[in-house]
Amino acid sequence: MKAYLTRRYWFSASHRLHSDDMSAEENHSVYGKCNNPHGHGHNYSLEITVAGQVDPRTGMVCNLMDLDSFVHKEILERFGHQNLNTLREFQRIVPTTENLCVEVYGVLKTGFHHAQVDKVRVEETMLNSFEYAGGEAIRF
Amino acid sequence: MVYLTRKAEFSASHYYHNPEFTPEENQRIFGKCNNPHGHGHNYTLEVTVRGNVDQRSGFVVDLKELKDIMNREVIDAMDHRFLNKEVADFKDRIPTTENLAISIWQRLNSKLNLAELHRVRVYETPDLFVDYYGEA
Repeated sequence: MKAYLTRRYWFSASHRLHSDDMSAEENHSVYGKCNNPHGHGHNYSLEITVAGQVDPRTGMVCNLMDLDSFVHKEILERFGHQNLNTLREFQRIVPTTENLCVEVYGVLKTGFHHAQVDKVRVEETMLNSFEYAGGEAIRF
Repeated sequence: MVYLTRKAEFSASHYYHNPEFTPEENQRIFGKCNNPHGHGHNYTLEVTVRGNVDQRSGFVVDLKELKDIMNREVIDAMDHRFLNKEVADFKDRIPTTENLAISIWQRLNSKLNLAELHRVRVYETPDLFVDYYGEA
């Protein structure tokens, strides 16, 4: 039987929304306060959903220890307490939460093989959230 | 088609153990969850049903009826219980959150006549939940 397991993690990071393709005025008008050159930070809530057949021997879609250790090493340590703009991943793309969501999905899809990666959901604040399922429609 | 979600809470204890594994395997795979005396959680259950809105009542489903079924089939059976020892569903099945969601689906699906069961979501903690949609 196929089930979907979601685990929530937290990390804090700073970013600045700025595109080199736009003029200073355009950046300011598109990104507003988020264009402040010194950046600003968020407590990001990251929800990762993995899916698969429940293993009859363990009762699990995947062992949480495997998911936790992968996420801690490959995502939380990489993005937590960093200025996202300084990271390799965001040298050519603006570290919006849309792009962060897609990036995190890519890290999981490439490196996590204990279950199928279904979806990534990131809350930038309690009022904004973003979801990405590799271009598929989000299942309700 | 409208989707309606009803929440309920229950508290229960469990532990993870497969008698086919050696003690070392059980410990390695299940870690702290393998403690035979069990440990507990405050579970939150979300049951989502879907259906057309009845013209006369304006309801997808009579919430009182849904609540009664959830109470009878799930809460009365599982609240303040040691799932491994007191709930028959887990006699031969490890009471992981995955299996809990599947078991709750099976308990509810046969009892719901008015609307179609869409999703069972079980939160083991606010940071860990499982969704089951009745898929094989």
